[in-house]
Amino acid sequence: MDHLLSLIIFFPLFAGVLGFIVSKDSIKAYGISIATVEFLLSLALWFNYNPAGNNFQFVEYFPLISAYGINYHIGIDGISLFLIILSTFMTMISLIALNIEKDIKNLVITILVLEMTMVGVFSALDVIVFYLFWELSLVPMLYIIGAWGGKLRVYAAVKFFLYTFAGSLIMLIGILYLANYFHSVTGIWTFSITDWQLLVIPVNLQIILFIAFFIGFAIKVPMFPFHTWLPYAHGQAPTIGSIILAAVLLKMGTYGFVRFSLPLFPDASVYFTPFIATLAIIMIIYTAMVAFAQKDMKQVIAYSSISHMGVIVLGTFALNAEGITGSVFFMLSHGIVSGALFMLVGVIYDRRHTKLMSEFGGLASIMPKYATIFGIILMSSVGLPLTMGFVGEFLSLVGFYKVSPVMTALGGTGIILGAIYMLNLFRESFFGKSKSKENEKLKDLNKKELMALVPLVLVVIWLGVYPKPILTPIDSSVKKMLNLMQLKAQTPEAKERLLVVKKAKEAK
Amino acid sequence: MLHTITISLSSLHISTLMPMIIVILGGLGILCIDLINKNLSKSLYVMLSILVLVIDLGVVLGYSGPSRGMFDMILSDGIATLGQIIILVASMLFIPLSLTSKRFHEYSHPEFFALFLFMTAGFQFMVATDNLMLIFIGLETASLSLYTIIALHNLEKSFEAAIKYFTMGALAAGFFVFSAMLIYGVTGSIELHKIAKVIALDSFASQLGLLGAVAFMFAALGFKLSFIPFHTWVPDVYEGASAATAGYISIVPKIAGLIVALRFFDIFITAGNEWVYNVLYVIIIITMTFSNIMALVQDSVKRMLAYSSISHAGFVMTAVLVNTTASHNALFLYWIMFTFTNLGAFAMLWISRYKRSEFSAKYDHPYQKFAGMVTIKPVAATIMAIFMLSLAGVPPFALFWGKLYLLGAIINSGNTFLAILMVLNSAIAAYYYLKLVVFMFLKEPDPKANVAYMKNASTALKTIVGFSAAVTILAIFTIEPFLEMISSYVVASGF
Repeated sequence: MDHLLSLIIFFPLFAGVLGFIVSKDSIKAYGISIATVEFLLSLALWFNYNPAGNNFQFVEYFPLISAYGINYHIGIDGISLFLIILSTFMTMISLIALNIEKDIKNLVITILVLEMTMVGVFSALDVIVFYLFWELSLVPMLYIIGAWGGKLRVYAAVKFFLYTFAGSLIMLIGILYLANYFHSVTGIWTFSITDWQLLVIPVNLQIILFIAFFIGFAIKVPMFPFHTWLPYAHGQAPTIGSIILAAVLLKMGTYGFVRFSLPLFPDASVYFTPFIATLAIIMIIYTAMVAFAQKDMKQVIAYSSISHMGVIVLGTFALNAEGITGSVFFMLSHGIVSGALFMLVGVIYDRRHTKLMSEFGGLASIMPKYATIFGIILMSSVGLPLTMGFVGEFLSLVGFYKVSPVMTALGGTGIILGAIYMLNLFRESFFGKSKSKENEKLKDLNKKELMALVPLVLVVIWLGVYPKPILTPIDSSVKKMLNLMQLKAQTPEAKERLLVVKKAKEAK
Repeated sequence: MLHTITISLSSLHISTLMPMIIVILGGLGILCIDLINKNLSKSLYVMLSILVLVIDLGVVLGYSGPSRGMFDMILSDGIATLGQIIILVASMLFIPLSLTSKRFHEYSHPEFFALFLFMTAGFQFMVATDNLMLIFIGLETASLSLYTIIALHNLEKSFEAAIKYFTMGALAAGFFVFSAMLIYGVTGSIELHKIAKVIALDSFASQLGLLGAVAFMFAALGFKLSFIPFHTWVPDVYEGASAATAGYISIVPKIAGLIVALRFFDIFITAGNEWVYNVLYVIIIITMTFSNIMALVQDSVKRMLAYSSISHAGFVMTAVLVNTTASHNALFLYWIMFTFTNLGAFAMLWISRYKRSEFSAKYDHPYQKFAGMVTIKPVAATIMAIFMLSLAGVPPFALFWGKLYLLGAIINSGNTFLAILMVLNSAIAAYYYLKLVVFMFLKEPDPKANVAYMKNASTALKTIVGFSAAVTILAIFTIEPFLEMISSYVVASGF
């Protein structure tokens, strides 16, 4: 099992290349089987992961460009482990639900390549390898949105690509600058995050580098005011594209904050907390209000997605164990819940070819199974206790409460607003009288759709009731990281902030 | 009364001249064969040319004699060797592009291959000397052959391109000679290493003359390397030349010009001349930015690639500007990666060359022609897309590594602002490369059009494309050996 992680990264790519040979009628079954094997492999990763063990496990290392310190260095900790499982799980589910006929072979192969880049991003420990997968993930997504999307698909796809590409180039400058600084201090060329984490960087330099990394990650999240590409992308993307975009690709940005920004630049993270928290709160409230104003179901979910990402960012920059653990957990739950919501909208869109709320009504009596599942997922999305959405949202906000109760209260309004627009959506479409005769002929969920949706519902409830198996490994990795940050902190403010972290830990 | 001068043959070190002698003899040999039998196939000449180039490459690689020869005119230091390796390998990869399945006018004349070899010799002279006169001779030999090769394509556009290139080139040649004259007047020498010594001693006592010389040199090299505002010939020449020749123009003359620029500007930048530094800085920024903006609005893929090659030349000139060992390594790495990518891109255009142009009266390769290519020729479209993504600098494809290393070298030297300008330019550039990808992958094919993307394909062309695609995709594994080779040569010549 020495190369299990590499196997998980490159298995979908290899399978994708072989997929060119598989005939068109069987390619979907092929895709599902590959994604299932991949998911099982990632579960094997979980069972072999030791939460009490080293910080990074399944580490693999061999030099690629030794003169410049670029190595194939991968490994996972509790944070990335579950994001990998999320990627493989959502890929599998979205392939099961896939019902596009046009050029399906190209689509399945593209999804498999995309899966490789997602797993690669979450397991890279060398920054250049990380950057490589990070950038490469844009290409399949560009193709998915642009080839199978709606009317404005080309515009949406290109906007998505250029936004993120420009942001990550700025990040590349930051990466190279930091590597250069590392070399000038230690005389060693390296891009390994494990080496970089040990370096104490002067505060001024931290601030500049933090900004460079922040631009790259913030566009991906997307944080206000860089969020404008996302509604377009979601609005035009086919269902499978939206699912993967919302479930996994956005998480790359928040994962970047946790993996790079915090441990590399602890002082700058503290320094920027008020600024980022303000952005996050604007993002939560503003996009929630925008979501309420939408008439299109998919746009509601797209904006709610941005709003929830705001809570994740807020939790991350709480800079304490509850906040970060909560935000990582919220990444997972948001991945599953928003993926499920996009899938549900996709179901109704396939039947009626419209996503406007005003067209529906009374669906609860016409499609009872559909309404039940939609209801459960929706409750999770608004953060009802005993669903998965509650745990992450609550922990993130509890974490930030220790930093600033006022800001937390403002962030918390997002939950209330979320409940308003989500319940509004549910009321408009599912209750009352049907607004169109066509609605009455709609068929309830078929077997294939149930097969994709029921696992999601089960996960949502299971992890809502009993999140401990996931929280424990995340928490132990987060605490290791926070300890490191505390050791490295230089400014008095940062020392104080991160000391609170420690006290809180001891109090337990 | 003239004195007799005796020079022993051994002190000349004729071996330093061997690489050029071989290709020139090869070219003459091809002409002689043509005299004897007129009906030989072009495949014979292609193979002979490749063999001559292979022998030449062997001689260049195996050379271990003194670094100067022929009255100190020839300089075979590390940079010269490296430059010749790139020139020869690129030529070897480009010459098989003439083995098309369609007949083209130029390849039915064996003179084409002779000219091609003479041109290679000219470029070799340019890189293997630091004597301004010899550089000039090399430049002219190569350029005159190149003008003819362009015109041999035998279309109206090609004649226009050749004449345009010739006129502009003649002007540039005039500038070059003017510059050399002024330099000789000020420093009393036309050899760069002696000029460097004089300038270092003199500390710019004769500012005005020298600056005039530098200004003329800017113009002369600017024409060759297509810096803005000396770039006006580029798009038309690319449009008029065959795709194979255009690809060649984008690579081999540029590396020769880059090496001359490296040797020349190194003197002034090392001496700390701020005027030269600032002018070069401004020209580079303008070149990168304007060409990128122009490329955005092109309708023809070939013209877009023309502007893109201007932008890449500006990009890589930053390595000359910051003038550190790491940046010089980056320059060569970048250009090697660029060679493979651009070779592939132009070869793909060449493969899709179709005599009747159905989409545009003006252009052979309008974007519209590639619409929906993925549904018709998925593999070819994917390969073309990979070349475009590589040009845009998307990892893990070839040019990303060149860009990474170049940006790293520039940040190392403390020019972070320049690096930021460069990445902003890359972001603009991504748009026009993406445009072709969008056309190939995201648009529906034009139902009227009977497009034949592979009309001109032959095994030889497919092999070249496959080879460059393989290098482009697997570039990550080639960086280490390339870097080792490059830095051993660059360090050996003290740059």
